[in-house]
Amino acid sequence: MITINHYLAVSATLLLIGTLGVLTRRNIVVILMSIELILNAVNVNLIAFSKYHNQVTGQVFAIFVIAVAVAEAAVGLGVLIALFRNKGSVQADEVDLLKW
Amino acid sequence: MITYSATDHFILLPALLLGMFGIAVLLLDFLFPKDIKGRGWLVGIAISGLVFAGWQLWEQHRYLAEHGMTPLTGFNGALVLDNFAIFFNGIVLVSAALVMLISYRYLENEHEHHAEYYALVLFATFGAFFIITGVDMVTIFIGLETMAVSFYVLVGFLRGDKRSNEAAMKYLLLGGFSTGLLIYGFSIFYGLTGSTTLIALASVVPARGPHDPLLYLGIVTTLAGLLFKIGAAPFHMWAPDTYEGAPTTVTAFLAVASKTASFALLLRVLAVGLSGARPQWEPLLTGAAVLSLTIGNLAAITQSNVKRMLAYSSIAHAGYLLLGVVAGNDTGLIGVAIYLLTYAFMTIGAFLVLVALRRKGAAVETIDDLAALSRRYPSYALLMLVFLLSLAGIPPTAGFIGKYYIFLALVESGKYGLAILGALYVAVSLYYYFRLVRSMFFVESTEAQVLAPSNGVRLALAITGMATVAMGVLPEPFIRMAAASLGR
Amino acid sequence: MGDSVFFYAFAALAILGALGTVLFRSAVHCSLALMTSLLGVAGLYLMQGAEFLFAVQIVLYIGGIMVLFLFVIMLVNLDQAAKLKQFNGQTPLAVLAILGTGAAFYAFLAKGVATLPAPASATVMTGGNTENVADLLFTSYLLPFEVASVLLLVAVVGSVLMAGKGGTR
Repeated sequence: MITINHYLAVSATLLLIGTLGVLTRRNIVVILMSIELILNAVNVNLIAFSKYHNQVTGQVFAIFVIAVAVAEAAVGLGVLIALFRNKGSVQADEVDLLKW
Repeated sequence: MITYSATDHFILLPALLLGMFGIAVLLLDFLFPKDIKGRGWLVGIAISGLVFAGWQLWEQHRYLAEHGMTPLTGFNGALVLDNFAIFFNGIVLVSAALVMLISYRYLENEHEHHAEYYALVLFATFGAFFIITGVDMVTIFIGLETMAVSFYVLVGFLRGDKRSNEAAMKYLLLGGFSTGLLIYGFSIFYGLTGSTTLIALASVVPARGPHDPLLYLGIVTTLAGLLFKIGAAPFHMWAPDTYEGAPTTVTAFLAVASKTASFALLLRVLAVGLSGARPQWEPLLTGAAVLSLTIGNLAAITQSNVKRMLAYSSIAHAGYLLLGVVAGNDTGLIGVAIYLLTYAFMTIGAFLVLVALRRKGAAVETIDDLAALSRRYPSYALLMLVFLLSLAGIPPTAGFIGKYYIFLALVESGKYGLAILGALYVAVSLYYYFRLVRSMFFVESTEAQVLAPSNGVRLALAITGMATVAMGVLPEPFIRMAAASLGR
Repeated sequence: MGDSVFFYAFAALAILGALGTVLFRSAVHCSLALMTSLLGVAGLYLMQGAEFLFAVQIVLYIGGIMVLFLFVIMLVNLDQAAKLKQFNGQTPLAVLAILGTGAAFYAFLAKGVATLPAPASATVMTGGNTENVADLLFTSYLLPFEVASVLLLVAVVGSVLMAGKGGTR
């Protein structure tokens, strides 16, 4: 029997893996992808709770989370291109004029 | 049925004006040819947008005063118009207006676009409105992101400058991560209540014991996200890099508007949604406050870049503000409100002096750049002295009252240890602020030519300088304003 | 029975994809793994009766955002980057911290779920999922919907500005 526990566990796992990516990867594109993973973890949570409470509120919330993910990815990749143009590198810790 | 009542409209009007003027700035820039005598008139439009929004805030205040201060709710309980919202929105609007005043010349010097900059400042203010006024988690979240994304772009606005690119990238990566944590906490709160309003959260919290695991999980992740946004330790890593790399005008705006709006959100979430869970969040907040004071003050000592030093000092300020929340009584909350009000003027003022001292070809950034300022430009040196004294919290400047109230609150609630620790760190902060003062007044230097400041910079300097002194000498009306904002 | 088979399949897809995203060396492989993960998550949406979100996830996320990611990866040419060290110096520390946090997380969740409020009495929702979502989105959540339009405007202006040529220095 699959209960809400299972969904919350999947969500927590995605959150932890995403956090691991943010903390350990050097490639900025991959860090951005890890942030997408975290936002997906949130969505799994929202959908599971939405079903649990027998509403669609959580689903509407999830739509907004997706909109935010889009906005962040678009601006993030834009900044990445600007950075690459000036610097020729997409490694987070080579971005070192300022200390990390 | 889609409904949009007169009340909804009345509450929303300031944000509506900000959004419309922001779009107008973008469109007008697009419609008119580039060569009509610069872009100075765009600042005029942007500032008039802020003035109209401020006027509406004033109307809202008058309405509330006439109706016995009962808060208005709109949009099915998504927005609440109360004095708290008006007070903090006011701070954000004033800081946006001050930043607009100094930005025109700055952008001219950097040969950067104008319209997008002004529009993004307006949109950031627009987002802040929903953070401060919202009590519905979805509305708050979207407002927070609107502000944050505007700031990511503003921080990276000098596209040709590597440091600006990097600052934007770091701010975006860490900001996006913190948003993820915050929203994970919100999703847990939604699970606990089946509703997205903070009021529903408040109604279920008391029934859950002090050791409720899900609630605790929600609180920890939400607080982690919020501490990121206010720049408090241990989630402060973005602040020094972002403050240093961003265009100085944006740094001033980021330091004030983002911190004020995020702090208003912190107060709303803790005081409205989670007031029943104080035993769970108070230790976390105390730890963050002590850590912020320690890291902020100690790291500021070793900095040679003024913007970086001010960034660490802003982390320390976040620590003092958190202590006000930890104290947990009315005095503490009034202290937080008045602290944020005074912080707005003194911080923008300090960054303003750096903007004003800009030389041909290079910005003024290191402490050595300020050497012998008292001989070269005595008025700037004097103003900087006032702002630094205020940041350190020395009477009779504005910074003193905020710190006084927060320490008073800590003593009143019997938290003597925290009060003593805070006072000790004030002494430490004197050291690094006075390092700057020493450089300005007692170090010899060769002459360096400073570009003549624009009238906007002069006006903004006059406003921030006078406000910093006035609030210190005559604090009464401002304290009453802060107290009224909390309904006291 | 069939339910749990599908659940475990989708959950495995989501988690393995996520692991791949974080662990693969080349950014192109990472993005393909992320697509797999998003597909798994989409399956989970479907199993929870969120058909509209399932479609949004596929069309918008996998079709839109991931294409954007791939496009940028091609543009900034990561061949060089793939040869470099992929993990920073704090990796062992971070892994330990994540393991610790993870254990606490699961413990809290396992204890916490039992304390969830009993679900509201099963009000039968009339209409399809998309209809219900739209009803709610355009009534109770109309305000955030409109604010989101400004958010997207900011994102458009910002990304065009950032990616465009500019700056005289």
